[in-house]
Amino acid sequence: MTYKKSLAVPFIIWILAGTIIPIGAIAYYGLTDRNENFTLENVLAIGDSVHLQALWLSVLLALISTVICFLIAYPLAIIMRNSNLGKRGFMIFLFILPMWMNFLLRTMAWQVLLEKNGVINGVLETIGLPALEIINTPAAVVLGMVYDFLPFMILPIYNVMSKIDDSVIEAAYDLGASTSKVITKIYLPLSIPGIVSGINMVFIPSLTTFVISNMLGGGKINLIGNIIEQEFTVSSNWNLGSGLSLVMMLFIIVSMIFLERFDKTGEDSFI
Amino acid sequence: MKKYLKFIYIGIVVLFLYLPIIALVVLSFNESKSMSVFSGFSLKWYEEMFSNRMIMQAVINTFTIAITASVTATIIGTFAAVGIDGMKTKQQNLILGFNNIPLLNADIVTGIALLLTFLMFGISLNWGTVYLAHVTFCIPYVILSVRPRVNKSVNTLYEAALDLGASRFYAFVKIVLPELRPGILAGLLLSFTMSVDDFVITHFTRGAGINTISTLIYSQVKVGIRPSLFALSTIIFALVLVMLLLVNFLSKGRKESVIY
Repeated sequence: MTYKKSLAVPFIIWILAGTIIPIGAIAYYGLTDRNENFTLENVLAIGDSVHLQALWLSVLLALISTVICFLIAYPLAIIMRNSNLGKRGFMIFLFILPMWMNFLLRTMAWQVLLEKNGVINGVLETIGLPALEIINTPAAVVLGMVYDFLPFMILPIYNVMSKIDDSVIEAAYDLGASTSKVITKIYLPLSIPGIVSGINMVFIPSLTTFVISNMLGGGKINLIGNIIEQEFTVSSNWNLGSGLSLVMMLFIIVSMIFLERFDKTGEDSFI
Repeated sequence: MKKYLKFIYIGIVVLFLYLPIIALVVLSFNESKSMSVFSGFSLKWYEEMFSNRMIMQAVINTFTIAITASVTATIIGTFAAVGIDGMKTKQQNLILGFNNIPLLNADIVTGIALLLTFLMFGISLNWGTVYLAHVTFCIPYVILSVRPRVNKSVNTLYEAALDLGASRFYAFVKIVLPELRPGILAGLLLSFTMSVDDFVITHFTRGAGINTISTLIYSQVKVGIRPSLFALSTIIFALVLVMLLLVNFLSKGRKESVIY
């Protein structure tokens, strides 16, 4: 005797109306023109130099932020793993707390810090140093991405690290391995599932963002997310916006498949 | 020596994470509007914030949407987690695959997809569409938290109750629900925070004039940041801090922590 399947009916209806139909809607708008005739124009529009440039910049900035996040998070995860339980809890708390603050407020905070007359320049001026001018540059956007998504890299890596058996590491040291050897031969291979989900959770939001580039790029940095958002809110060209979204979805799927191949034990990844 | 290095490293990362927040908190008490000079302590931005009807309305909207959407998602998701368990493995995998789509998809795509659907069916954008959109992206989190709790021992207890003559409803309420409670609570909490924190999906599905805290900040930042937003940030940060401490404190006694 098992549970009644009918308990899941509201959920199935919701999936149909909230996930399947909407994705169908994007595909429909993306593959038709204003007169509802089939066309591939909206998808192929990614080849326009403006769109291609935006896509390229998005991929580039997302890659840079993902690498920086990884470089910051990895040593941190090892340190956390090797500290005692009480400290671990406190450190997780410290790294989670900013994540629970509103995403827009966190990004706004960087705008306040980096602004021409902002906090950092105010401090630099009082101690007589030249002003920092990175607001409205790609560097500011990368900074914002790293800040907003860093916890998403720390947590999954730490999660996998904390499950590595102490005796494996002790054994390596006992057999004469150096610390760098332990990191490359033990920690790294055993933490790949965490790294993979960390990369996914930083790369995809960075690739698709329009908020960070808008707030810290001052409207001068156009990522593919900005282009799509503008098609919907400013130009009202839903067909083109949907077509470009289809391309973006393709990118997401490809990056996931690519990462999945590295992750044979994907079962205990973060999501 | 090595210990110091570790300490310094953690210190730098923590500073990086908290410096922006500290800056907002300090500036919220600044007497002048300047973002670089602290000219004196003042609470006037808090006054301005509380008397600003737009900010207050956005706060109310944010919480009414978050509460209603997370409760709805929790109810639907909990029943679904149990119902899915009664299905064949193939059906389960199919449904869970669809459940993962909103989790893995980019927010901007989810937002646009929902926007197009509402417009296709002639539903005008308002508070309700934001609510529906939020329920949609919250349900997967509930299922993710509740499903691991629907395990063999719960099922055996449920069957035992039925064998002993309990009705399905009675056994569900008395046996299954209490066993699932930690998962349900985690799902509720997770949905609530996701809803409060969401900007992108709200941005696309809200009607004109409906603002949540996130969308309000986004539109304000474009015209120029006012220090009343710093006051709002400070209050939100304080609330989050208290809430997390409370949750941590309450879950200390039990093995499983609710957050994360």
